[in-house]
Amino acid sequence: MGKGRISISKHIKFAIIGLITGIANGLFGSGGGTIAVPAMVLLLKEEEHVAHATAISIILPLTLVSAFIYVSNSYIDWSLTIKTMLGGIVGGYLGAKLLNICPTRILRKIFAVFIIAAAVRMII
Amino acid sequence: MLLFLIGLASGIISGMGIGGGAILIPALVLFVNPNQHIAQSVNLLFFIPTAVIALIVHIKNKRVNFKLTIPIVIFGLVGAFLGSRLAVSLPGVSLKRYFGIFLLVLGFYEMLRKDKKKNKEQENRNEHA
Repeated sequence: MGKGRISISKHIKFAIIGLITGIANGLFGSGGGTIAVPAMVLLLKEEEHVAHATAISIILPLTLVSAFIYVSNSYIDWSLTIKTMLGGIVGGYLGAKLLNICPTRILRKIFAVFIIAAAVRMII
Repeated sequence: MLLFLIGLASGIISGMGIGGGAILIPALVLFVNPNQHIAQSVNLLFFIPTAVIALIVHIKNKRVNFKLTIPIVIFGLVGAFLGSRLAVSLPGVSLKRYFGIFLLVLGFYEMLRKDKKKNKEQENRNEHA
């Protein structure tokens, strides 16, 4: 890639990825990574593992802003948040370990089935 | 205990690089039944410490492309402000339904996308083997 100069079309791509990721992450309180990672891979031709790591660096500041807006509108339940977070910390550690052992393809399918079923229940 | 288990499942899933929020939010809504806004706020706050830790590791391993981070974050902050303002202004029932539609799209995307990619990865693995 050329040094320094970035084309206009690249700026437009940055703007689209940023806006959509930010809006989704703020509106749904999640999903920023699900949008930013494939967007960077497909539109910016970034490598998958770099896109993953870079997505976290993008979504973290966005999440701080969104969390601030939610909390300042008193959409917050600290007890619920802390209890869930404790599980999350243990789970995050286990997940990273399991990644080396377990076939994620099957897990992804189970995951997809679960969220489709959950989605239907939430829409109806 | 239920909350801990929901957190645990979401943590495992997100540790694998699959969207943790897509499990955490519907699991909370369906099993614990808080307001949709609260479930989303739990996920936002949940993400912060996990992301900080992951990011430290990724930065050390030089996996973060800051040339992309900075311009995307500038536009992203505008989006985050708009999206969050919209979320807090919506009634919980509507937000829950919109979230459901978003989740449905994610579910089908996840269902359809992965096979192709996994085959490729397996091919690569076979080549290296």
